[in-house]
Formats: sequence, C-alpha cells, structure tokens
Amino acid sequence: MQYTLLILILPLLSFVILGLVDSKWKAQVAGTLGTAILVTVTLLSYYTAWEYFSTANITGSYQRIIAFETEWVRFTDYLHINLGILLDPISVMMLVVISTVSLMVHIYSLGYMHGEKGFERYYAFLSLFTFSMLGLVVATNIFQMYIFWELVGASSYLLIGFYYTKPEAVAASKKAFIVTRFADLGFLIGILVLSYYTKTFDFGILTSGNASVFASTTGVTYMGISVMSWAMGLIFVGGAGKSAMFPLHIWLPDAMEGPTPVSALIHAATMVVAGVYLVARLFPVYYVYSPEVLHGVAYLGAITSLFAAIIACVQTDIKRVLAFSTISQIGFMMVGLGVSGMGGHHGLGYMASMFHLTTHAMFKALLFLGAGSIIHAVHSNEMSLMGGLRKHMPITHISFLIACLAIAGIPPFSGFFSKDEILAATFEFSPYLGAAMSFIAGLTAFYMFRLYYGIFWGVEHKHAHTPHESPLAMALPLIFLATVTVFAGFIPFGEFVTNDGAPYEIELNMLVAGISVGVALVFILLATILYRKESKIPTQLATTFAGLHAAASHRFYIDEVYLFITKKIVFNLVSTPIAWFDRHVIDATMDGFASITQRISVLIKGLQSGDVQNYAYIILMGALVIAGLVIYF
Amino acid sequence: MNFLSIFVLIPFLMMVALLFAKNRNQINFIAASGSILLLIFTGLVTYLFVTERAAGNVAEMLFRADTVWYAPFNIHYSVGIDGISIAMLLLTSIIVFTGVFASWRIDPLPKEFFLWFCLLSIGVYGFFISIDLFTMFMYYEIALIPMYLLIGIWGTGKKEYAAMKLTLMLMGGSALLMVGILGIYYFSGAQSMNILDIAQKHIPLSAQYFLFPLTFMGFGVLGALFPFHTWSPDGHASAPTAVSMLHAGVLMKLGGYGAFRVAMYLMPEAAHEMAWIFLILTGISVVYGAFSAVVQTDLKYINAYSSVSHCGLVLFAILMQNETAMTGAIMQMLSHGLMTALFFALIGMIYGRTHTRLITEMGGLMKILPFLGVSYVIAGLASLGLPGLSGFVAEMTIFVGSFQEVDTFHRALTISAAASIVITAVYILRVVGKILYGKVQNPHHEDLSDATWWERISVVTLIIAIVALGSLPLWISNLIHESLTPVVNNLMR
Repeated sequence: MQYTLLILILPLLSFVILGLVDSKWKAQVAGTLGTAILVTVTLLSYYTAWEYFSTANITGSYQRIIAFETEWVRFTDYLHINLGILLDPISVMMLVVISTVSLMVHIYSLGYMHGEKGFERYYAFLSLFTFSMLGLVVATNIFQMYIFWELVGASSYLLIGFYYTKPEAVAASKKAFIVTRFADLGFLIGILVLSYYTKTFDFGILTSGNASVFASTTGVTYMGISVMSWAMGLIFVGGAGKSAMFPLHIWLPDAMEGPTPVSALIHAATMVVAGVYLVARLFPVYYVYSPEVLHGVAYLGAITSLFAAIIACVQTDIKRVLAFSTISQIGFMMVGLGVSGMGGHHGLGYMASMFHLTTHAMFKALLFLGAGSIIHAVHSNEMSLMGGLRKHMPITHISFLIACLAIAGIPPFSGFFSKDEILAATFEFSPYLGAAMSFIAGLTAFYMFRLYYGIFWGVEHKHAHTPHESPLAMALPLIFLATVTVFAGFIPFGEFVTNDGAPYEIELNMLVAGISVGVALVFILLATILYRKESKIPTQLATTFAGLHAAASHRFYIDEVYLFITKKIVFNLVSTPIAWFDRHVIDATMDGFASITQRISVLIKGLQSGDVQNYAYIILMGALVIAGLVIYF
Repeated sequence: MNFLSIFVLIPFLMMVALLFAKNRNQINFIAASGSILLLIFTGLVTYLFVTERAAGNVAEMLFRADTVWYAPFNIHYSVGIDGISIAMLLLTSIIVFTGVFASWRIDPLPKEFFLWFCLLSIGVYGFFISIDLFTMFMYYEIALIPMYLLIGIWGTGKKEYAAMKLTLMLMGGSALLMVGILGIYYFSGAQSMNILDIAQKHIPLSAQYFLFPLTFMGFGVLGALFPFHTWSPDGHASAPTAVSMLHAGVLMKLGGYGAFRVAMYLMPEAAHEMAWIFLILTGISVVYGAFSAVVQTDLKYINAYSSVSHCGLVLFAILMQNETAMTGAIMQMLSHGLMTALFFALIGMIYGRTHTRLITEMGGLMKILPFLGVSYVIAGLASLGLPGLSGFVAEMTIFVGSFQEVDTFHRALTISAAASIVITAVYILRVVGKILYGKVQNPHHEDLSDATWWERISVVTLIIAIVALGSLPLWISNLIHESLTPVVNNLMR
C-alpha cells in the first residue's frame, strides 16, 4: 500500500507551493488548488480504509501494516528515528476522520474566508496542518509522532495567530504554543526515559506484548515510583497538554481567536484529540506496565470533564462555550481509555473512546462550522447579540440542532451510541465514576441547549443588516456533517477498532442507555424552561449562587494563576534578576579586571617617565639600597 | 602545499585583488566572486572527501600535507580534514558567502572592510584545516585581530568599548591556550606539534590536570562558556551585520571545535575526571543564557544571550563524551551557525530600515516587510527547535545522547538543559509577537521597503541550508559520526 505515501506528500506539496507563490496568485486559484489536493487526499484515505479493512483481517484480527519506512536520523546503534506509515485500525480511522473534517473545512473556508487578506497564506497553513496531523497519526515510532506533534503545534500557532494584527490573537497563539511546549517537555523526557530502557522508539516493538523489551525496567524505581510509571506518566503530560486536560487546558479557550473554521478543524476535531490518540496508541504499554497511570488518566479525564462542563454553563461567547464543551468531551474519551481493559468486552472502553473520538470530531466540527456561519451573519461571538436566528438561517439551525442532540446523547444521533458505551464501560469500572460521568453528560445537554436556545430562540436582536443564510460553500459542509452525525451511530464500530485487533460486536446496555437518556432529557427540559423564552430565573440563580457563578465565569481563576507564575515568578523573579546579575556582577567583574589593570598601570607608569633626572635618582637610590643590603647581610 | 591550502589562498588572492579595486562595484564583484569560488571549492572538497571515504579510505584525516616550517621547535605547517572539518568548512563557506551579500552596501570604507573580512576568513579556514597545534593557534589569532577593527570602525553604539572588551577577553582566552598548547607539546614527548602524533602519546596525568582546564577554558571563552561569555552581548550588539554573522556563525564554533579537537581528544583522562566541573558551567550557560534573553529588549542582545544558551549546549554535549552527544554537538554548531547568522542578517536588515533595535519601538512589521518578517519567523522557529529545521535534529541528538549517561548528575543536567527549549520558545515568540505582529507602532515605518535582491540572496541561502540540514540530516550526521570514532576510542582507553 505504498500509495499511502501520497496522503502525506500531497498536502506538503500544497503547503510548499502555496507558501512560495504567496500573494502572486489570485486568491481563488490558491483556494481551489488547496481544496482540490485535499479532495484527492480524502479519496485516497477512504480507499486506504476500504482496502485495509477488507484485506488486513486474515487471521481473525487486523494486522498492522508498515506501508512505508525510511531511516531519517540515527542516534545510536539501536535508537534511530524512522519516518514511515503505519496502518492499523486506529491510524486508518484517524486518516478518515482527519481528511473528512479537513476537506469540509477547506470547502467551508472558500466561503467563510472569502475576501480576507492572506487567503493563500491561510490555505498554505491549512495544508501544513493537514500534513502534520496525518503524519502524526501514521507514525511508526514514538519519535516520529513527537516530530509531527511539534509540527501540528507550530501550524496551530500560525493559524491561531492568523489575524496577526489583532493583539488578542497574537497573545493567544503565543500562549497556546508555550503551554503545549511546556507539556511537550514532559513528552520528550518521557520518550528519553522509555527509550533508554526499552532501547527502541518503535511502536511495533513497544506494543507487541513482548515482555523482554521491558525486562530492564523491572525493579527500577525513582523516588519510589517505578520507572515505567515515570516514563508513561511523562508521556501522558504531553498528551494532556495537546488535549487540554486540566490544568493545561488554558490555551484552548483562548485559541478561539483564530478563524472559526480553524477552530473546527484543529481545536475541536483533530489536534486536540492527539493526546487521546497517543494514549490509545500506547495503550498496551499503559495497561500492562503502568496501570496506575492509566487510572490516573481516567480520573483526570473525569475531573477535567466536570470542570469544563461547569464553566461551559456560564460562558457567553459561543465559541468559548464550544471550546469548554470540547475539553469536557475529550475528558470523556480519556475516561473511556482509562477504564478500559484488554480485548473483547474488557476492551469496550477503548473501543468506545475511539468511537466517541470519531463521532465527536464530526458533530463538534459541525457545531463550530455552524457557529462560524452564525458569526458570519451577525458579526459577533456574543450570545447576547443573537437570538431568534432560526427564522433567518434554517440550514444552520437544523444542522446545529442535530449536533446539539448528538452531543447531548439523544438516540438515534451518533453521540448517543459512543457516549453510552463510554458510560457502560465506566459503570463496570466503578459505579461512582459512572454516576459522575452520567451527571456530566446531563450538564452537557444543559449547556448545549442553553446555547441553542440563546442563539436560535429567545428575543430577536436588532441587527444592522438582517442576518441571512450562508453561501453554498458554507452550507454544503454543514449538510454533509449533519448527515454523518445522524447516521454515524449505526456504524458497527467494534467490527473495526478494538485494542487487540479482533472484531467485537457491541451490544447496547439498556440500563445505562436508559439512565443517560433520562438524565439528558431532564437537563434539556431544564434548559428549555430557563432559556427558551426570556425568563428571570437564570439571573436570579446567578445572584443566589453569586460566588460559584463568578468563579465559573472567570474559569475558576486558573488563568490568573498562570499569569502569576509567568509574569511575577518567571519574568520578575527569575529572568530579571539573572539578567541583572549578568550585567552587574559577572560583567562588572570582567570590567573590574580591566580597571584594576588600568589603575595599576597609572600607579607605576611614573617609572617609565623618560625623565633622565628621575632615572638617575632611582639608579642612585637602588644602588644605595643594594649596597646597604650587601653591607648588612 | 596541497590543495587544501586553496582555502586560505582564495581569501588571500581576494585581498590582493581588493587592493586594486577602484569603486564599490569592483569591490563587490571581487568579494562576491571570491565567496562563490569558496563555496564551490568547499562543495568540491566535500565531494572528493565523500568519494574517498566511500572508496574505503579509513585514515583519520584525509588529504594531508606536511611541510617543515621551523625545525627547532618541530613546527610544521600541516593540514588535513575529516568529516567534522568538512562540516565546519561548509558552514564557513555558507556564512562567508551570505555575509558578503549582507554587506553589499557597507559604509564607510568598503574596501578596507572587505580586506579585514577576508583576513578573518583566512583565519577561520586555516583553523579548520590545520592539524598542527601551532598553525592552528596562529590561524586562531589571525581570526581574532581583524575583529577589533571591524567592530571598532564599522560598529554601532558603544563600539570602541565593545571592541576592546571582546578583543581583550578573547586574548585572555588565547593566553591560557598558549600555555596549554606549549604544555601539551612538552609533556606529550611527541617531538611534534601534530595533533595526530600527540594523540598516540600519553600525556602524564598530573600534567593533564592543569593543561585540560587551561585549554578547555581557553577555547571556552570563544565558545561563550559561563562566566566568560560577557564579551558576547556587547560585542555582538556593536558589531556590523556581516561581522556578527561571521562571529556568531563561525568564530564561536572555533571554540567548540578546538575544545573538542584539542582538549578532549588529547587529554581524555583529565576530560573524564574533570568533565563535571565544566558540565555544571555549561549547564548554567544553557539555562542562564535562555533566561537572560527573556527580559532583553535589544534584538541583538536577545540573540547574543540566545547564542550563549545554544553554544553552551555544544560544549555541554562534548563533555558528555559519548558518540551520540558529540555528533549532536557538531550538528548543533552547524545549526546554530546557520540560524544565528540568519538572525543577525535579518536584524541588520531591519535595523538598517527602522534605525532601532529595541523591540519596544517596533510593531506590525510583518505587514510592511513581509519577506523579512516571514524569514524572521522561520529563523525563530529554527531556533526554538521546530522539526524540519536544523535546530531540532541537533538538539534531539544531544538530548538522546546525554540521556545515555545513567547517573543522577548527568540525568538532572540533561533534563534542565532540555527545559531550555521551553524558555527558548518564550523569548522567541515574545520578540516575534512584539516586532512583527500587532499594529504598526511607528508611523514612519509604514513606507519602509522590503528586502533588496542582495539581501534576498543572503537570507534565502541561509534558509535553504537550515531546511536542508533539518529535513535530511542523515548524511551529515553519518559524516560526523564516522569521524568521531578516533576521539571516542581515545576517551575509552
């Protein structure tokens, strides 16, 4: 399946071409070229998926296929970075998800970004991102993943800061890069530790289940924690940074400063799930050698999920609401992975997590593109400036509603199936955690319908121009993604993706399904009462729980904590003193040597005065002294 | 005299030709054609070297030539190159070439400027092809002296002070070096100043213990070893563009190269015993330089401190004494050379337009100067170690190599050095955000013109080199790797 190489090469080519021509081409030509290339990539991905799932299952489970591999750099005899393409169920699944969403975003942007300055640059960056993200998921080894991991980070930086004349966008892009860079340091050190003991970067060897690979890690502990837990925990820090897990989530809401289609692609559907993908990729290692880290992943996922859901309930910027909702849903995926076992029914959590990743990518991209369409119409992100839009924007309205129902977990929409399986797996792991996650699912339904009613119902706001439905280029992706969202739940996902490669038939757990649908309906009802028509209850509630409301509105002050650490501690208490020390102590010492030398020379330069009387005087005196010395000793 | 000496012959002939040049066009023509010639010649030598190696020539140094120069002290003029010298020569040729184009409109006294510039090149080229301690030292001094005049005359700001400071500190370093080299000569008992001959001998341990620190520190001053790095911020800030490029790009590499070739190679036992002291100092350099860069407001100061941090990593990796880390060190020299040269070139070009280097006085330049802006972002991304650009491969090789040293001391240092990649991101993005993005701060900047053709040649060449090294690192890392074997064998004995 060597042709899969094209899936990587084409977007890279597109980036190089669009990057080099800069603004010499007409904007539409650049957009069409980028989109055309992406159509090809998408078709290739679908073909790959078709061929893989129809041929790779020979022995009852899906085999991993290395479609291409080449050595890129060699460190030691056994540690070398290869660049290659690994095909296995999850990487093929990701290929399909990424190329689909990316294509939708490419098409959508033709309408959304129409007339923007820097249109070619935008498409160049989109291509770069697509290339990096695809390279990340097909990585054959952990270092290749790290390479593309950094590249997606950089393309995310470039795209968030696309409107580079806007100070908020610049600050947000910087923040996103630095926070994830900090997390990537953990990833890097984790890789160093892991590779030192296992002598390999290769995923195939690491996840083969061959215990001899990990032989040298047995009994090695550091500060009372096994070295494998250190390694896998640190690697997870990288994943937590990219996937915006608490407390590294702070960059994601700010990243909404980027163009909305970018938020849909990078900060909802693809890049932010890289952390989930990383854990899934190394799942066998986590499961066998550091189960406590895996459980930590589950609990961290749950905490993040709850935390973000609460904040989402009070945000007023529609993109911010969606951003926190993304954080919360990624928390669900992490929980799914964390509670999962190996193989068959035990592997339900893993399968469900991947399933949720897929369905979430579709409906969250749909939500963001819908939000983009709304912002395009009313020229604002603020919910208070919206209301009653359902009459003006029917396509956006219906597709948004479908996505809301899907994320709230109402059957038969896709989100119901995937979330339900995560809940089922969680209940088996721990009933308490299961109950908590069901509650969070309820909160999800609540804040999504608060958003929905706030935008499409309620009091109509006066606008300068009457809001109108978006152009075809924007409407088409909405319709496509809405269709996918309606039907994706019926994909027999277990037939394709499991953590041991063997197909597994999913059954619906009726009890869990009943609970989660019941909870979701109750919360939707609540949202309907509160937000469908203008009512005083929300304001009253906000004043009753003033403290909680203020804290949630300020995102629990986590940003302030970061600001304190970076500005006060790193800048004022570390960097400034070091810079001062360098100039006033180290450099002053060096200058000191020079001025001492100069002073000494001032003191003794009289000896070389050229004055003959002076010389004669010194000669005479010297002779006398010597004579004296000779006489006395 | 064999063909390697053509490396010093070309700049010499350029100097002669420059004496007869009548106007700026002729001067530029001579400088450009000479530097192109050097680039072609380096390519040719690289090609010859690779084919020779492929043909199975495993000698440590190839293309050797040896002439007795002053018999009583066994001083020979002797040259030869291995893969590491090739890497450095390639770097030098690229920087000299781009430096010429970056000084296309140097003012005043273009003729004199290029004369000194060529003399500087002679020193650098000569240093990298020498394998005799004495010739090596001589070329080292040749490279230092022109620096004083280049900064003192064509510099900006407190140029006399900076020139004096830089020269005195580096001279101080070379005084230590002189003692070190003489000591190596006498104690080795080799009856030769040739590095290859001395490497066969064993310098008594007691002598190594004072010669190693002398040589390492002597070269370390040039490699911006903490606390002898303070010439770098002032020196770079005052130096004219091309000189900053050549100095940070190549001259600072003389330090790393020398520390490696002389101190580590000839005194492996002392290196092994005393590495920890210098590891601490270089570890400080790496983190300290990065933190200092965070609060600077002058573009050149930021880059000078960033160089302290990046060059600290070179010496740091050399001291790790394993093949991987040392390969990383050489690659870091290349990578740092290219990207710092690019940085200084761009800063010079921006300064030439805005007449300020303070980041507080600039803003929104991306809109006005898109070419320079994009190039600056690329340089920044290379500096913070983005994969596909040169910095990443070099740093990763260093970190993976260093991590192979198991004990807590080495591990802790490696991790804190690795932490510098986060701080690097902080200061790079701060600058990019301040000067390129946002609103145009100074209305006078609105009608600045973007890069001229000669500036584009300079910038594009460097970017191509950075991308090439960063995306296809295997051949150069193999080239370096195989040349390291004798050094590593010496360290293992």
